[in-house]
Amino acid sequence: MHDHLILRIIAKMFIPFILLFALYVQFHGDYGPGGGFQAGVIFASALILYTLIFGLETAMRVVSPTALRILAASGVLIYGGTGVLCMLRGGNFLEYSMLAATPLAGQHLGIFLIELGVGTTVFAVMVMLFYGFSGRKDPSS
Amino acid sequence: MDIFIDIILLTLLSATALAVARIRKLFCAIMMFGIFSLVSACLFVTMDAVDVAFTEAAVGTGIATILMLATMALTSTEEKRPPYQPLVALLVVVVTGSVLVYGTMDLPDYGDPMAPIHQHVAPRYIQQSPEEVGPPNMVTSVLASYRGFDTLGETAVIFTAGLSIYALLGLGRRENRDHIVEDDHA
Amino acid sequence: MNLIGHYNYLISIFLMMVGFFVVICRGNLIKKLIGLNIFSTSVFILYITMGKVAGGTAPIVVPGPGPHIYTNPLPHVLILTAIVVGVATTAVGLALTVRIKERYGTIEEDEIRLKDESL
Repeated sequence: MHDHLILRIIAKMFIPFILLFALYVQFHGDYGPGGGFQAGVIFASALILYTLIFGLETAMRVVSPTALRILAASGVLIYGGTGVLCMLRGGNFLEYSMLAATPLAGQHLGIFLIELGVGTTVFAVMVMLFYGFSGRKDPSS
Repeated sequence: MDIFIDIILLTLLSATALAVARIRKLFCAIMMFGIFSLVSACLFVTMDAVDVAFTEAAVGTGIATILMLATMALTSTEEKRPPYQPLVALLVVVVTGSVLVYGTMDLPDYGDPMAPIHQHVAPRYIQQSPEEVGPPNMVTSVLASYRGFDTLGETAVIFTAGLSIYALLGLGRRENRDHIVEDDHA
Repeated sequence: MNLIGHYNYLISIFLMMVGFFVVICRGNLIKKLIGLNIFSTSVFILYITMGKVAGGTAPIVVPGPGPHIYTNPLPHVLILTAIVVGVATTAVGLALTVRIKERYGTIEEDEIRLKDESL
């Protein structure tokens, strides 16, 4: 898509804002609408826009499939690990109140960690899906 | 006022759904499905489900539509005309629909604050979650804290879906590796 | 019952049946998946309808005095995760469609059945 000058320039302008908005949604999910699921999808959509404009090869140099696999697994591991950490500190599985000195601070930290895990997994899987579909060659060609 | 917006959006939704069912060109059907998702996201906003609307707008309109378009590009762009009349299917659908309508007869009205769903566990979430969990957004506190196990399960499902896509389609790596091998020989 | 109070239920059943009809009647696999998605969206609408409280606001704590009425957050949580899981499963279905196209050369149900029988 090297001839679509307008598309390329507009996309270059928009992608940083989409990424910033995704981070806002991720970390502001406690106070307004949003959270890990939405942030992961928005982050992935920025990368999908990049892939659509600049091609799969370029996008794979930005985020490689290996990195995606590691991210997808590490998101679930962050989530499960938070639960195990709560057990190690003497609570039940996913009982965040044990994570910090006061229960409220512990809940805050726990929610932050698991939203991070959810966001990472959703982002990685959504981009993985898109890579999977766009990496396929058209069988008729 | 709310109820009018609600009714208009629902009518739009049914029109879009009928169009999806009728259109035979897959590209149009997929775009209509995107519109359907967007209108349902608006409907969720009027019903105060802002988080759900946000997710539906990002996921249903964005990712699902784009994945369907990618599949269409890899397969076919037009649906074949079915060789038979869909009378039996229509009958099944009408009968099932009337049974379901009969089932909704004694449901509480839309927006009824005395409905059973609001009596059991929701008051605890609404009244206690700011002291017990903290975040002002109750959806986040229920999602992450009260129902953390559910969300762990959902995350695992998404991860599994990613794995199945990887197993079914690969990640376009085979061509890449071939290029690298060729480069090495050169 | 009155019609206005039940309009949401009726329309969501209508949408459900449209999705159901597309799933059982259309032979094209992508069309079937679209129908399945319409079906699931109608279930989402049913759940969110049940959670609505008249005069309530979104379930985000409003600072300030006075009793505030909030919409029930529980259906929102259930549906929020269901949407993301729904798109993940749709993607698996679409991936299977791509593989079927590569193997059979078609995504029409009856043609696939013909090829299976001729094997």
